[in-house]
Amino acid sequence: MTLTCPECEGDVQLAPSPRLSEITSCPDCATELEVTSLEPLLISPAPEIEEDWGE
Amino acid sequence: MKSLAVLASRVRFEEKEIFAALERRPVRYDHIDTRRFTAGIDGPRADARAYDAALCREISFSRAYYACLLLEAAGTVAVNRADVIAACGDKAKTSLLLAAAGLPTPRTVLALTPEAALEAAEKMGFPVVAKPLTGSWGRLVTVLRDRQEAQTVFEHRAALPSPQQHVLYLQELVDKPGRDIRVLVAGDEVVGATYRYGTDLRTGVASGGTSQPCPLTPELTGLALGAARAVGGGFLGVDLIESPDGLLALEVNHAPEFRGFREAHGDAIDVAGAIVTYLLAAT
Repeated sequence: MTLTCPECEGDVQLAPSPRLSEITSCPDCATELEVTSLEPLLISPAPEIEEDWGE
Repeated sequence: MKSLAVLASRVRFEEKEIFAALERRPVRYDHIDTRRFTAGIDGPRADARAYDAALCREISFSRAYYACLLLEAAGTVAVNRADVIAACGDKAKTSLLLAAAGLPTPRTVLALTPEAALEAAEKMGFPVVAKPLTGSWGRLVTVLRDRQEAQTVFEHRAALPSPQQHVLYLQELVDKPGRDIRVLVAGDEVVGATYRYGTDLRTGVASGGTSQPCPLTPELTGLALGAARAVGGGFLGVDLIESPDGLLALEVNHAPEFRGFREAHGDAIDVAGAIVTYLLAAT
């Protein structure tokens, strides 16, 4: 399924059965995107990396 | 039927693999976005729903630690436990536990102010690696080759607002062969290992590194299991480096990524399946 990048309006393809909080990126502008809603399907820029993020 | 939770605010390759592995088992699970997680501390813990076990894949160290602390208080088995997350999420604590267990580690010094760090780095002898206490993927890790570089970096660290950034974790620069080793450990067993190659100190896939299968040797297995036990055990990613004198334990990760591991081993090792098996055994 194809959505529109909220940053550059490029096409963003999502795999079938996306998950909430799934991370993808825009192939045009490389913005990291997060699935923020499944019904309706919505994507938003993902949060920026924070100081305590890690493995 | 067992009731499980997976804590994650970012659903990446790894979390999707784990969800798929859970869906192949006769269990019920909820994905909890840790950013929206709350739990009462006293009185009825109505919002800490009773799960048999919770797998913590939260990317934020603070959220991971407190979420598991609250879940454990409500009687849920957390994988990994809050005390293990606390031990792994702070490099100084990890190093202290590795050293207390008598495991070989790189020479490491903790300096509590940037000023003290300059003197400590000179005593260690350059080059010295400066690392932040928390974080992964080589972020803010810097090789300091002389006093001038050290002074510059420490001045920058002193200007950062977080007091934790003013504590300097300094480590000798180990002469290693352009790679490190990631060992995945589940309880008392090694799941597998990869060599991780990078162009600088950063060797993770997230930093553009590549992975190749690494054979398991008694030395590697023994050190990885020892490091995992030293921090309290669980499902862990143990990082080792090859020094001229043998393997050294570098750090232990409480929520290891495994995309590179999967690329290296293909379907030969089912990491997500191993995580789910470990989680179910922990309940």
